[in-house]
Amino acid sequence: MADIASNASLPRRGRDRHALWRGLAVPAGLIVLWTIAARLPGNHSQLLVPLDTVLAAPFVDDSGREIWLGLAQSVARLAAGFSIGAIAGVAFGLFTGMSQSADRAIGPSVHALRQITLFAWIPLLSAWFGNGESAKIVFIVLSAFFPTALNTHEGLRAIPVQYLELANVMNFSRRQRVLRLLLPGALPSIFVGIQVALISGWIGTVGAEYMLGVGRGLGIFIAEARGQFRMDLVLVGVLMLALVGFAINTVCRRVFRHLLRWQGGTS
Amino acid sequence: MNVRLLAFGRADVRSVRPRRLWMPLLRPSRILLPLVLPGLVLVVWQIVTVRGLLPVQILPPPAMVFSTLVDLIRDGEIVANLKISLWRITCGFVIGSSLGLVFGTIIGVSRTADDYLGPLFRALAQIPSLGWVPILILIFGLDDVLKYLIIAKACFVPTTLATSQGIRNIPRQYMEVASVLRLGRWSVLTKLLVPAALPTVFGGLRLALSHAWIALIVVEMLAATEGVGYMMVWGRTLFQMDIVIAGMIVIGIIGLAMDIGLTRLEKRLQRWAPSHG
Repeated sequence: MADIASNASLPRRGRDRHALWRGLAVPAGLIVLWTIAARLPGNHSQLLVPLDTVLAAPFVDDSGREIWLGLAQSVARLAAGFSIGAIAGVAFGLFTGMSQSADRAIGPSVHALRQITLFAWIPLLSAWFGNGESAKIVFIVLSAFFPTALNTHEGLRAIPVQYLELANVMNFSRRQRVLRLLLPGALPSIFVGIQVALISGWIGTVGAEYMLGVGRGLGIFIAEARGQFRMDLVLVGVLMLALVGFAINTVCRRVFRHLLRWQGGTS
Repeated sequence: MNVRLLAFGRADVRSVRPRRLWMPLLRPSRILLPLVLPGLVLVVWQIVTVRGLLPVQILPPPAMVFSTLVDLIRDGEIVANLKISLWRITCGFVIGSSLGLVFGTIIGVSRTADDYLGPLFRALAQIPSLGWVPILILIFGLDDVLKYLIIAKACFVPTTLATSQGIRNIPRQYMEVASVLRLGRWSVLTKLLVPAALPTVFGGLRLALSHAWIALIVVEMLAATEGVGYMMVWGRTLFQMDIVIAGMIVIGIIGLAMDIGLTRLEKRLQRWAPSHG
């Protein structure tokens, strides 16, 4: 749960227009300062590029245009890795959440693996799978697996005992138990897991590309721009990285709220 | 839960104390079951490597990983790298979270400050630490400043968010009581704001430390010449997977230790802190 606290920077609603202008004041001031500093006649620094050059780079600049292809590749990678990881994670969470002995048998091992910082897998994965596509996909699978597994498991645990007892009294079959009680009951928590997994998968995608190189992708775009000392391209790449993360969070929040509206005010 | 408690209760009534002591041994599944899978993995790992199904450069035998780990500890290489890593994380954490505490208090207490600075902060917070690495490498090179900055940033964001949230969640009534009692600014801060926001803030600090640990590993893998993260990259370049796996074990153990330590501390704090957040 704590993992999403950092994403929970929702803008508070219903604030007056005052707040909006105030919020724009400081960034606007900084942008003006940036522009003036970058346009000063003495400035030949490659690091201080005017903002308009940065923003125009993906459209005007020849190497800048590469970003769209890279972005498409990265999103495709994320989609592939995330779907495998999330399905495996939900399945694993259901399995360990439903059977206590399964939980006791594999739970501790998975928890031990989870303690290893994700990025620490990259050297091992690159030795096992090379620097190409498979190492990246495996890494994204890992980054999506742990959050979904954990949250599915917790979601099942949080289902009130009374519901389980009721299901027993009503002689639910195993199928009914899963489809009518366990999955719907754990759904809010599973959705949290999916959102966290998408974000960690996205960072994992760009991180793996950045570290492993080879092929196309947003991470590779940023790494190459850094290698060529192109600050404008690095900034555009990082901006894109943040924008996609922001879009993932926004879309998830909307979609999940819509999907969970049957729950009423419980969540 | 209830069912299990009942069962234990009944056992208590019937049996005398010694039987309870033996309970864990009577039900070995509790202790043994979690060890089955790692044991199985070890056996398969051993067979695969002994039979030479995979080259040592891909998967060294378990015994080799263990002896490498022992060697690295004994000749001080891990200790030296760990010292550097832990020093970096301490500095970054102290800088980042104290700035976060201050900034979080400012935007938590003052609506105006939040209006001006909040949106910019929240926008910049969308950029993951990984994104700051290439930008800061261009500006500072592979210098140590880079590492401190990345770790400090990783701590600053969660601490700020938790602090401002902790302060904003303080019930209005508390503030009203404070103004009825005509408490001074200082007393409001020390007697009301700090204790009331503490549980939330502590959650933020815990998150900050775990983010810092991740950021440290990432930045050491990308831009360092020493430290645990670098040790693994170096092992990978030499195709010495035993060093890589030993590094992963060390990283896992330290991550676990930090998490357990902070959870304990948090529980101890919660014993006296109010629980409304």
